[in-house]
Parts: sequence; C-alpha cells; structure tokens
Amino acid sequence: MDGTRVYPDDTAGPFPSPPVTFGDRDGRTIVVRPFDPDEPQVDALTEMYVQFDPADRAQGIPPSGETRVRNWLETICADGVNVAAWHDGRVVGHATLVPDVDDPAAVDDVGEIAWELAIFVLQEYQRAGIGTELLERLLGHASDQGIEKVWLTVERWNSPAIALYKRVGFEVCGSESFEQEMAIRVARAGEGSQESG
Amino acid sequence: MNVLLGIEGSDESMRTLRSTIERTSEVGDELTVAVVEKPEAKRSQAEMCEQAKTLLEEAGVDAELTTLEGDPGSALVELAERGEFDQLVIGGGTQSPMGKIRLGPITEFVLLNAPTTVKLVR
Repeated sequence: MDGTRVYPDDTAGPFPSPPVTFGDRDGRTIVVRPFDPDEPQVDALTEMYVQFDPADRAQGIPPSGETRVRNWLETICADGVNVAAWHDGRVVGHATLVPDVDDPAAVDDVGEIAWELAIFVLQEYQRAGIGTELLERLLGHASDQGIEKVWLTVERWNSPAIALYKRVGFEVCGSESFEQEMAIRVARAGEGSQESG
Repeated sequence: MNVLLGIEGSDESMRTLRSTIERTSEVGDELTVAVVEKPEAKRSQAEMCEQAKTLLEEAGVDAELTTLEGDPGSALVELAERGEFDQLVIGGGTQSPMGKIRLGPITEFVLLNAPTTVKLVR
C-alpha cells in the first residue's frame, strides 16, 4: 500500500532550518535543534518518553517502560532525522523522520524514498506553539539533506493534530480507516513553494 | 468455543493463522478458517487456502476451510452472523516503520459490525 501513496503535486515550504531559540506562549525559553544521538542526549530523550502520559500515546507509540523506550529510540536515532526541543536542560519535545525502507543502509538518495514523521510534546508543554516550531524545523532540517517525501498517520479523531499538519502543508491521502494518512512534498531549500502546472 | 478465523493473503494473516492454529490445538476449540478475497495481498486466495490446509494438517487440527467472495469485511461479518460462532478472529494490524500500529479498513469494518466477540491477534 505504501507504493501507491499519492504526494501533493505542489511543494510546501521552504521551512526554516534549526537551531532556533524562541519564547513559547507560556513565556518559557525553548531551543529547537538537531538531535545528536550521543549518550547524554539519548538519556535526556529517554527521560522525556519515560515521563510521557500514557493517555497521550498514539497507535502504540511511544512504548511504555524505559527498556522498551530505549529499544524504540535506538532504531529512530540510528536511521532517522531528528530534532528536539529543550527547556532548562530537559527534552520537552521531539520530532522524527524514519526512512520507509527495509534496509536504510542501502539508500543512495534520501530524496527518492519516503519518510514517516512523528512528533511528541510533553504534556505540560503542549498548546504553547512548540509543536509547530518542531514540525517546521524538522522539515527544514530534512530538506537541507535532500528529503522530499514525508508522510504520517494520525488517529482520525485527533482534529487538533490534523489541523496542525494541514497548516504546515500536509494533505490528506490514502484510504481512511481508524488512522488518517497525510503526505507532504517538501520544497528544496531556497526553492520557495511552487504551484504546479 | 466455536471460532471463526478470517484471513487474507498478507504476512499479518499468516501470523494470525499460525497463532490461531496453535491456540486451537491447545484448548480444543472448534475452528472454521475463512479465506477472503483481497486482490492486492501478497498471496492469492488459492495460495492462502493451500497454506491454511497444510498448516492445519501439520498441526493435526480438524478445521473447516472455506473461501468467501466479495467485500472481505462484510463477507466475514455475514458468515459470523449465520453460524454459531462465539468469536471472530482477525489480524491485529501491521506496524509502520516508526512502530505505529495500523489497522486497515477490513479490521475497522469487522470491529464495528460483528455480532460476536472479536479477537485481534498481535
């Protein structure tokens, strides 16, 4: 079914590259920057997911318990493109792209393959503009590396998330079931958004 | 218990088939395996019937094997309604590269429409 996904004809963006420092809606100073999977950073990210409210899980992720979280993050950090939002030395938000291929090591051109997106913001930092910033900086960071095709699934009843994705430029695609599939074609850096035809 | 297992031609269905056969031989359930039509699946309906037949024979499980034509979800629900089934078993979804669980349209239809208890096999 992945082979048949339809991406928008028009590109969205360009999106700004990380890092960025900004004040969120609650007046906290937040830094969004590319995530380096070194040990202290992975520990900080693990800590965020261990604290994550199980009620905010979506489609089985993040997994619960530190061991499962670490296993899950191992794949995401090894093969993925990641940005994290930091406040006071803690990770409070994370956005990631994971390559949609069986063998990530064999990929020559990251622009040819599709990438699956996910984003999580710690409960007490939600509704403060951090999600939008994470999403846009992740797409900026991705397009700097030549990534173009990004998709995601979102629970069909999660209208705030769907609205956020639409605002950034994602379009609904694929068959609807419990999850809604959405896709975006990211403008190359410096390209500007383009109408096709 | 009288169990109806619905499968199509995916790896998810193969896993569900194996696990259900194992469960059936452990607890001595009565089992009916219904193979539905899903043209885009990895294995054809005929191939899947062969697989089921072989695995059932290997396990020594005496089950009824049948094929269903037409829309998979509604065909399964219809059969569940006609028979004396206690439980309808289907695959519990696939995982995205990210690890998100994805339930397809057949699963959604069955969950919302089946008169019996539904079991999703992970």
